[in-house]
Amino acid sequence: MTRVTRRYRFAASHRLHSAERSEAENSELYGKCNNPYGHGHDYILEVGVRGQIDGSTGRVVNPLALDEFVRAAVLNVFDHKDMNRDVDSFRDVVPTTENLSLDVERRLREGWCFAAAELDRIKLQETKRNSFELKGL
Amino acid sequence: MLITRKAEFSASHSCYNDRLSEAENRALYGEGAGSHGHGHNYVLEVTLEGEPDPATGMVFDLKRLKEVIHEQVVEPMDHRFLNREVPPFDALIPTPENIACEIWRRLEPKLRFPNAHLHSVKLYETEDLFVEYAGDGK
Repeated sequence: MTRVTRRYRFAASHRLHSAERSEAENSELYGKCNNPYGHGHDYILEVGVRGQIDGSTGRVVNPLALDEFVRAAVLNVFDHKDMNRDVDSFRDVVPTTENLSLDVERRLREGWCFAAAELDRIKLQETKRNSFELKGL
Repeated sequence: MLITRKAEFSASHSCYNDRLSEAENRALYGEGAGSHGHGHNYVLEVTLEGEPDPATGMVFDLKRLKEVIHEQVVEPMDHRFLNREVPPFDALIPTPENIACEIWRRLEPKLRFPNAHLHSVKLYETEDLFVEYAGDGK
């Protein structure tokens, strides 16, 4: 079993705010991230796949095809967008990076088109100081 | 306990399968299919798993690990054209997957000790593409 990981980037804005909580509770819970005008990050997304190396190509997955898939399934959805207003999944869900990671996983799974390689892990870095990872997928 | 030592080597390679057409090679390897080759600054992370020896307080002597990595990987591969100068890449396409597995094959027999063994190798071809191998079935 060999694992291959590709790193991607997208820039997006969000506001952490829960409709079920009061203004004061939201402010207390999310702090600066509750700023009504939103704010953004340069997210770094790692997509890890696992599989056997194909004897003919020397590849677990064709990175050019993986890039094209991830671009269409994820990057084009989020890059230079306001998650709360531009991405349907976050109209009623708070776009924390935990929820964003789960949404990215769902999008990758739905369109997965690599028969010989499985999705292994997703890591989302929101800033240099925090990251979120789904392992053993 | 896992301990990791990092090493770097720069090498050129070309990813091209003689049994496929020019168009198929382009579709598979993109720019990497050029027959004259191109290069990368590879970054290798070698991870050992083991328990510290009570006498030394070490899982394995990192100086010795550096020497093993140098002898087995850096010396033969650094500043080389892998396809032409480093077997088995005369007959095996030097994708990062195959290079990582070849590095495992070279290191694993040299890193078998009572209290420590090779756990995994991680090879960065670029900052945005890396491969991990931990032996068959792992």
